[in-house]
Amino acid sequence: MLVKLTSMELKLFTREIILPALILLLPLALLLGFGYMPGANKAQHNLGGQTTAEYMAALGVGIALTILGLSILPATLASYREKGVLRRMATTPVRPAYLLIAQLLLYVAVAIANVVMLIIAARVLFGTHVPERFPAFIVAVVLGIGALFGIGLVVAAVAPSAKAGNAIGLVLFFPSLFLGGVYIPREQMPPALRAVGDYTPLGATLKTMRDAWMGTEPRLAQFAIMAAYAVVAGLAAAKLFRWE
Amino acid sequence: MPVIDVRNLHKRYGAKVAVEDVSFTVDEGEIFGILGPNGAGKTTSVECVAGLRTPDRGTVSVLGLDPRRDRAELTRRLGVQLQASRLQDRMKVREALELYASFYPRPADTDRLIEELGLADQRDTRFGRLSGGQQQRVSIALALVGDPKVAILDELTTGLDPQARRDTWQLIEGVRDRGVTIVLVTHFMEEAEHLCDRLAVIDAGRVVAVDTPAGLVARVAPEQRVRFRPSVPFDDHLLRDLPEVLTVTKTGGQIVVTGTDGLLQAVTSVLARNQIIAADLRVEQSSLDDAFIALTGRPID
Repeated sequence: MLVKLTSMELKLFTREIILPALILLLPLALLLGFGYMPGANKAQHNLGGQTTAEYMAALGVGIALTILGLSILPATLASYREKGVLRRMATTPVRPAYLLIAQLLLYVAVAIANVVMLIIAARVLFGTHVPERFPAFIVAVVLGIGALFGIGLVVAAVAPSAKAGNAIGLVLFFPSLFLGGVYIPREQMPPALRAVGDYTPLGATLKTMRDAWMGTEPRLAQFAIMAAYAVVAGLAAAKLFRWE
Repeated sequence: MPVIDVRNLHKRYGAKVAVEDVSFTVDEGEIFGILGPNGAGKTTSVECVAGLRTPDRGTVSVLGLDPRRDRAELTRRLGVQLQASRLQDRMKVREALELYASFYPRPADTDRLIEELGLADQRDTRFGRLSGGQQQRVSIALALVGDPKVAILDELTTGLDPQARRDTWQLIEGVRDRGVTIVLVTHFMEEAEHLCDRLAVIDAGRVVAVDTPAGLVARVAPEQRVRFRPSVPFDDHLLRDLPEVLTVTKTGGQIVVTGTDGLLQAVTSVLARNQIIAADLRVEQSSLDDAFIALTGRPID
């Protein structure tokens, strides 16, 4: 059942055309755009010793997770509730929770596809390392997905309409990118801003991914904060979610 | 045993009482209407029947099942078409039917259902590109895709043009002929009159009457009305003296006579005997509209 629902959601997602293209192409475009700049595969002091290409690959993963978690997930779920899709499913033998799980599975799959694509593209085109501390990298991605998707679920839970879901998502989206170090790398931020940014969901995700990619052990405190976001947001979403 | 048995249903949302006290039974194979103005508690009542809401008081039994306790079993045997519920815009008709069919242990044949509902040409059309009537038919198809014994259809022709509405009525009759018991929620008199074997009139959260459409009309307004334009003026007493006649009123050149059974026969024979020709002769019978006003004290909208 879950397989059927998830593959249907995948089909519907690909029919959106612009969204899947954005998710896959935007990170890739960033990687290619900056990766081909001169000196992109030299370690940069103002990127904490990371190469531009590797930094951009990690950044791409972070952006993809943020779009999926804070924008697409809440907007889609809120629209399903608004349209009455969840209510209709409640009249069938299959619980509407399955549709929610199918959505999560789909976006997790898209996120993983993105990570794999970026690791391979950066490696093949720019000779970056495959993330050196691979287990830590996986933990960073998984907890990042948990934190960002968890917050997206809370937005989906409380948004009264698809429009509101979109709006709340966007309100969180841009500050997340800013504090997370997408507009300005965290190494170039004022220390106070950096301290705050490191403990935002995206900031922690990006920092731990980059650390693991470079071969530095990520800070446990950051993993802990990501797990906390995921658990607290997940519980809140489960408590607040309205099916109609 | 009735297929659906609702007794003393009561449901409130906070301080607002949606359903005060509703009882009715639905027999196998009938089209049972629930008629009432918007906000009368129709939808809340059927949502309790479908197990989507828990009543505050009262009991509901559907096919011998408790909608809340036996919900899993009920969803397999009861089809529900909810008011204003859509599908994902990019889902194709065939995909929707196949997906929802896969939710049920013994689903209906989706291809046949698509044919029967006149959606064969829209098989590969996305839901968002269908007309209102077509979307409504998909909705009905999804309510029937589990091959249910009972189907609840809530406001299924709201927003449809007259032709689409009539087509939908025909469709519902076809579904009933296949042996499905149907509960039809509506606020259209004409629809209730046309389709329903019996109906419950609900107003302000209470059932005010349960009867056949004809029974409801007869119960509240047994009188008939004859309206015509006489070829020559004549004395009212000619008609007033007839035992079948209750009242005679003249407005302009037109005469309106009200009375009991056999009124038309009595009036026309008196006129013929007196060589008066009745032009524009019309007989008006009380309609369900009149019955509704008599039962609830106001028109439906």
